Amino acid sequence: MSALKIKKGSSKHSAYNLRSSFGDEIQTHTLAILVDNEAGVLARVIGLFSGRGYNIDSLTVAEVDHDGHLSRITIVTTGTPQVIEQIKAQLGRIVPVHEVHDLTVDGPHVERELALLKVGGKGEKRVEALRLADIFRAHAVDSTLDSFTFQITGTPEKVDAFAELMRPLGLIEIARTGVAALSRG
Amino acid sequence: MTGHMTGAKMVVQALKDQGVDTVFGYPGGAVLPIYDEIFQQNEIRHILVRHEQGAVHAAEGYARSTGRPGVVLVTSGPGATNAVTGLTDALMDSIPLVVLTGQVPTFMIGSDAFQEADTVGITRPCTKHNWLVKDTDKLATILHEAFHVAKSGRPGPVLVDIPKDVQFASGNYVSGKKVPASQYKPKLKGDIELITKLVEAIEQSEKPILYTGGGVINSGTAASQLLRELVKGTNFPITSTLMGLGCYPASGNNWLGMLGMHGLYEANMAMHDCDLMINIGARFDDRITGRIDAFSPTSKKAHIDIDPSSINKVIHVDIPIIGDIAHVLDDVLNMWKARGRKTNTAAISKWWAQIDEWRSVKCLNYKNSKKTIKPQFALERLEELTRNRSDRYICTEVGQHQMWAAQFLGFEEPNQWMTSGGLGTMGYGFPASIGVQIAHPHALVINVAGEASWLMNMQEMGTAVQYNLPVKQFILNNERLGMVRQWQELLHGERYSHSWSDALPDFVKLADAFGAKGIMVSDPADLDDAILEMLSYDGPVLFDCLVEKHENCFPMIPSGEPHNKMLLGEAETGDAIGSSGAVLV
Repeated sequence: MSALKIKKGSSKHSAYNLRSSFGDEIQTHTLAILVDNEAGVLARVIGLFSGRGYNIDSLTVAEVDHDGHLSRITIVTTGTPQVIEQIKAQLGRIVPVHEVHDLTVDGPHVERELALLKVGGKGEKRVEALRLADIFRAHAVDSTLDSFTFQITGTPEKVDAFAELMRPLGLIEIARTGVAALSRG
Repeated sequence: MTGHMTGAKMVVQALKDQGVDTVFGYPGGAVLPIYDEIFQQNEIRHILVRHEQGAVHAAEGYARSTGRPGVVLVTSGPGATNAVTGLTDALMDSIPLVVLTGQVPTFMIGSDAFQEADTVGITRPCTKHNWLVKDTDKLATILHEAFHVAKSGRPGPVLVDIPKDVQFASGNYVSGKKVPASQYKPKLKGDIELITKLVEAIEQSEKPILYTGGGVINSGTAASQLLRELVKGTNFPITSTLMGLGCYPASGNNWLGMLGMHGLYEANMAMHDCDLMINIGARFDDRITGRIDAFSPTSKKAHIDIDPSSINKVIHVDIPIIGDIAHVLDDVLNMWKARGRKTNTAAISKWWAQIDEWRSVKCLNYKNSKKTIKPQFALERLEELTRNRSDRYICTEVGQHQMWAAQFLGFEEPNQWMTSGGLGTMGYGFPASIGVQIAHPHALVINVAGEASWLMNMQEMGTAVQYNLPVKQFILNNERLGMVRQWQELLHGERYSHSWSDALPDFVKLADAFGAKGIMVSDPADLDDAILEMLSYDGPVLFDCLVEKHENCFPMIPSGEPHNKMLLGEAETGDAIGSSGAVLV
C-alpha cells in the first residue's frame, strides 16, 4: 500500500509534526548536573539520553564532594531549544539529581578539556610538532626516539585545532577527557 | 519501632510502619526469608497471584482505587522480569507502587547465578527510581524512602532489589519517622504570578474549556472537589482524558464527556475552537492532540502539572504552572473569588449554545439490532443496571471495549475507573479488578473486557477463586482483536492479518473448570436477565457476551487529523487516513 511507503525516521511526513511551534535551530548547551554519588546514577543519566533520543557530544563525571557523596556530571548536548528544555526537565526529575545548571544560559562560563595526543615521526616533522606544541602550550609528557605524547588543555576548539595540525605530522592516537565547565565569578 | 533484626523481618516491619495492609506476590528462592516472616504474622495480608505480571496489575488496581501505594513481592530473575510490563504500565499512568524483588546473594551477583537478572538495570527505565540494597543496615531507610518517592510528586512505581544474604543478615532498623528527610521534595505550590495570569484569563475568556486528566485523581479527592467548585463557579465546560474520568461527575451539567481519538464530538470540537484551554493534570498525549500543528489553533493554553517535564513537552503553553493540582486550584479559586468571581457570562452562554449544537449531533448513536448484541448496547444495559451503585468500580482491558466503556459508562467519583491508558496493556483489567476487590471487599467490581485481552492474564482466575473475590468479568466477545481489525479495515484494505482467534475456549466451561460461575448470552432479549444474574451471584463470574463481530468504534479522529475532522460513523470512513497518518500508531 502506497500510504505506508514512508521513509523511515522521516519527520517531515509525520502528521504529529512534533514541536512545530518551537524554534528549530540546533543549539549546543553545556549542562552541569550535581548528583548523589551512588551506584547506577550515571546509567540513569545516560539511559535518559539514549532512551529519549537526545544527543551527547561529551560527558565527564567525577566525585566533587567526598563528604556529601556528590558527583558532578558535565554534559555537552545539542538540540532545538525545546529539546534542551526537555532534557533539563527530564534530568531534574531523576531522584538522585540535586541540581541541573545550563551553563550556556546561566551566563559566562569557562570550559576546559584535556587531551593526550601521540604523534610519531622523525626529522623535520618531529621538530615541527614540537614547535607547534610550544605555540599551543602543550607539554610533551612522554617521548621516544620516534614519537611524542603531548598533553594539551583548553577549549574543545583549541584541542580540535591542535589535533588538526598534528594530523599531517604523524598523529597516531588521541584521547580526550570531554569538557569540564564552571560558571565565572 | 527500632532495633536489631534480620533484613527479612525489616521488610515486614517497614511495610507495617508504612501502613501497608496487603501485599500481592509470588514466592521463589530469593525471597524465602521474607515469605518466612510473612508466615509468622497476621497484620499484612499476602495475596498469592498466579503470575508476577498479575501481581503488579493487581497492585495497580489496589493503588488506583484507594489512592495508597500498591505493594508487590516477587522473587529474583523471572519473578522480576515478569513484573516489567506492570512497572512500565504504572510508570506511564503515574501509579504509586512499591515492588520488592529478591536477588541472588551479593557475593554471587554478576556470576550468572541461577535466577539472577540485573533487575535494577532492567527496571531502571521503567521505574521512577530503584535501589539495589547491599547492606542490611541501609535496608530500612531505603524502604521508607521508596514509599516516599512512590507517593510524592508525580507518583510512580519504585523497585527495591534485596539480595538473599541481606535478608538473612541482621542490622539496625529505623522507623519511618526517624529516617532523615529525603532530598526528593517536588514543589507543591504554584507560582503566584502565573496563577494571577490564569485567573485573568478565566475572567476574560469567551470560549473556555477545562481539559482534565489523571493528575487530578492522583492529587487526591480534594483536587476533584476543588475542580467541581471551579466548574460550578465559572460554568466552564469540562472534558477529561481517559485517565481523568470521574474527577468531574458524568451526570454534571458541564460535562462534555471524554475527549481524544475516540472521545465525544462535542468535547473535541470544543477543544479545537476554544479560546482558553486549561489543562489540569493531563499531558497532551498523542491520543488527545491528534495532529499537533492543527491542535486547538486559536486558544491561549494554561497547563497545571506537578511534573516540570510535562510542560512544553509536546504543546507550547502560554501559562505553565508547576505544582500540585489541589494546591494550585485552591489558590486559583481563592484569587478568583477575591477578585469578584468574574467571568464573561454573555460570551460563555453563546459558547454553550454552540456546544449544545455539537451535542445535538449525538455522536454516540449506533445502529442497534434485535438479532445480535451490539457492544454499545451491552454497555448501555450494564450502565443502566448498575449506575445506582455508588460502590461500583470499573476496570477494563485494552481495545474497542475499553473505548466503548469510557463512552457509555458514567463515572461520578474519582478512583472508580481503572484502565491502562498510557501503555495500553492488554491483560491489565482482570488482575486490576482483583486488586480493587481486595481493597473494597463488598464493592461491585466489574472488568469490562475483550476476550483476547482477558485471555492474556486468565490464569488469575485461580486467584479470584482462591480468595472468593466476586469480580465480574464482563467479556464483550467478538472473537476478534477488535481494534486491530478496525484499523486493518480502515488502513490495510480489509486484510485481516491475524486479528481473530480460531480456537477460543468455551468460557462457561472455563469458569466451571476454575470453580467460578460462567454465563453466556447471545440474544439481546436475554441480556438484562443475564446481567442481573451476574450481579446477584456472590463469587467470581465469567460473563461471555457474544457481540457483533464487525462493529467499529466511533466517533474517531483518524490518525494525522485534527480534532474537527472526526469520523462519526461507517459512512465517512473511505480514505479517512492519509499517507501521513498511516505511519502513526
